[in-house]
Amino acid sequence: MTAHPTASETSVHELRLGNAPRGFIGTIVALQPDIAGAAESGHELERHLLEMGFTEGARVEILHQGAIQRDPIAVRVDNITIAVRRREAMAVVVK
Amino acid sequence: MTHTDVTTERFHLALVGAPNSGKTSLFNALTGSRQKVANYAGVTVERKAGAFVTPAGRQVTLLDLPGTYSLRGRSPDEEITRDVVLGKRPGEAAPDLVLCIADATNLRLTLRLILELKRTGRPLLVVLNMFDIAQRRGVSIDVDAMSAALGVPVITSIAVKKAGVEELRHRTDEFATNMPAVTAGDGWTPLGLSEMKTLQREADRIIRETVTMPSKPDTLTTRVDAVVLHPVAGLVILALILFVMFQAVFSWAQPLMELLSDSFGALGTLVAQVLPEGIIQSFLQNGLIAGVGSVLVFLPQIIIIFLFILLLEDFGYMARAAFLMDRVMGGAGLHGRAFIPLLSSFACAIPGIMATRVIDNRRDRLTTILIAPLMTCSARIPVYTLIISAFIPAETVWGWVNLQGLVMFGLYIAGIGSALAASFVIKFFMWRDYQPAPFMLELPDYKLPRLKSIAIGVYTRAKMFLQRAGTTILSMMILIWFLASFPQAPAGAEGPAINYSLAAIIGHALEPFFAPLGFNWQITVALIPGMAAREVAVGALGTVYAIEGGKEAADAIGQALASKWSLATALSFLAWFIFAPQCASTLAVIRRETGSTKWMVVTFLYMFALAYVASLITYNIAKAAGLG
Ligand SMILES: Nc1nc2c(ncn2[C@@H]2O[C@H](COP(=O)(O)OP(=O)(O)O)[C@@H](O)[C@H]2O)c(=O)[nH]1
Ligand SMILES: [Mg+2]
Repeated sequence: MTAHPTASETSVHELRLGNAPRGFIGTIVALQPDIAGAAESGHELERHLLEMGFTEGARVEILHQGAIQRDPIAVRVDNITIAVRRREAMAVVVK
Repeated sequence: MTHTDVTTERFHLALVGAPNSGKTSLFNALTGSRQKVANYAGVTVERKAGAFVTPAGRQVTLLDLPGTYSLRGRSPDEEITRDVVLGKRPGEAAPDLVLCIADATNLRLTLRLILELKRTGRPLLVVLNMFDIAQRRGVSIDVDAMSAALGVPVITSIAVKKAGVEELRHRTDEFATNMPAVTAGDGWTPLGLSEMKTLQREADRIIRETVTMPSKPDTLTTRVDAVVLHPVAGLVILALILFVMFQAVFSWAQPLMELLSDSFGALGTLVAQVLPEGIIQSFLQNGLIAGVGSVLVFLPQIIIIFLFILLLEDFGYMARAAFLMDRVMGGAGLHGRAFIPLLSSFACAIPGIMATRVIDNRRDRLTTILIAPLMTCSARIPVYTLIISAFIPAETVWGWVNLQGLVMFGLYIAGIGSALAASFVIKFFMWRDYQPAPFMLELPDYKLPRLKSIAIGVYTRAKMFLQRAGTTILSMMILIWFLASFPQAPAGAEGPAINYSLAAIIGHALEPFFAPLGFNWQITVALIPGMAAREVAVGALGTVYAIEGGKEAADAIGQALASKWSLATALSFLAWFIFAPQCASTLAVIRRETGSTKWMVVTFLYMFALAYVASLITYNIAKAAGLG
């Protein structure tokens, strides 16, 4: 039952999941899918992320990362684990 | 619909659910070995259909649809699921009842899918699977409340135990006796973003109201993953698993393969002794038995590879291997999931291509299929060994490296390198407009595989392989035998009979085309029976050079070649076999797996072009270096 902050009241520690280090624990603030270089763009990427459980308010934790350029990452989203490339994870704003 | 004779009217069920929710396990439990694996017409998607009989004697057809998280239809596989559910797939009966399989320990995404499915108007029955694991972990679910909240009947099941499956059969009967009139499919529109969010919120609300989660998650999976997904330890473990797998494929399969090939040899000899010499004897011995035998010897390797693949899948390790390899494969434009199929292709491209079924995106799968035959399969080994031992001196270079071994290694590297390069080129030229599938993959909790389910999986694959050997491959073999045997040598003719055959005529006709590669007409002729399987080229060279004794006389063939070929020709021949498009069974399996002749032709042509260019370059460089 948490109230989600609106875009205007940007909280202090907001960052992109794609930039977060391993061990990061946080909450999803919003999906902002218009990022350059992602395999899917805009709505399709947002839809895909929603389908995999990346919804506002969900708890995320970066459990593992790959050997090359720390990519991809294994993210705990509530109680499931999703592997995703950092590029796509850029669309997820977390705090 | 009124009551009809239950035994004549077929009832159609379809299994829908997220990946790893237990659809295939349930499918196997319900249908046993009564299943048929094929392709949907025109697309590279596996269609698994099975049958069972309910307690009331009703005949039920069950479809195991590709796993999906939504009806979005993002890939051809997900499109199939959507179209079948909506009753829009041509040639597929609309399901009378859709079984939504949900992993009871992981309901969030599936409940949203169920709410989405509900909007299609298709009758649903929700199956909360993996109920044993949920109970063990202390997840408690108020099934009645959930059923009321969803507005859909909900039952629990344990797909890997008989008990959970019996209720499903009864429920099917119950449902079928008072089947509602269905008005599904019409007026369905894909969900918008805000609708998706609404449905997810509703799903989360239902979970809050009906499910009590334990405070502690599955610690075993977490602890195993700490090692298995570790950037260094994880790769070492992956390498170890692969090492064991290849040991198994090459050494465990060996005795069985020898047994099979000896049996076919003995059968051939028996036929030769019993029947009088002539066309019928030659057809049975050289066409039928030797031809089909040369393919059937790969059955043990195929069984072992699929055993490993299915075991790793059921453990939940496959998704981890894809995670570990994604960046490495991604460099060449391949998907992380292409890793295992490509590795399997080192044994034989056929199981490798069949294993591409783990790649759910159609284009990624096609790319993998197209490059799989470039991996150095075991059928090339006899050819490589023959040429290397005849032409490459067994010297030691740089103090410790065996030159023959080095050349062999180089041939493997050339295969891998060209596969990666081909993938890169395919992505660049053919699908430049196409966005690569994003790598988004659920890493399921580890589970103990069930022997019965694995056995059924291996059995169906083996059966498919045998059926193919009995049809496509058999007809290819007959054609090749025919070319090599007719017309027959005139009485009192000199030299081996094959020299008078159509194969020789074709060989002579093609000779000018292959001459720039340093291939003489004998090599050209040998390439034709080599169409059946690459290693047959060894025996064929023996035949055209009139050497008695076939494969046992490999040394003799080697000596003959060493005296008749230049080193440049030998190297050119090796280069040819790195690409060697001529493997009829691989081409046949590509046609079957892609559901189209087009991709078979594309594979043949591009490999042929590569082989030709590689040999041309090799031959000319070697000649310029004075090896001609
Ligand atoms: N303990 C338990 N394991 C199950 C159950 N159903 C499936 N599994 C296991 O879950 C894994 C994935 O199942 P599978 O049928 O391949 O899922 P699919 O991707 O939906 O076809 C396999 O290892 C199965 O053995 C169940 O009810 N209980
Ligand atoms: Mg399955």
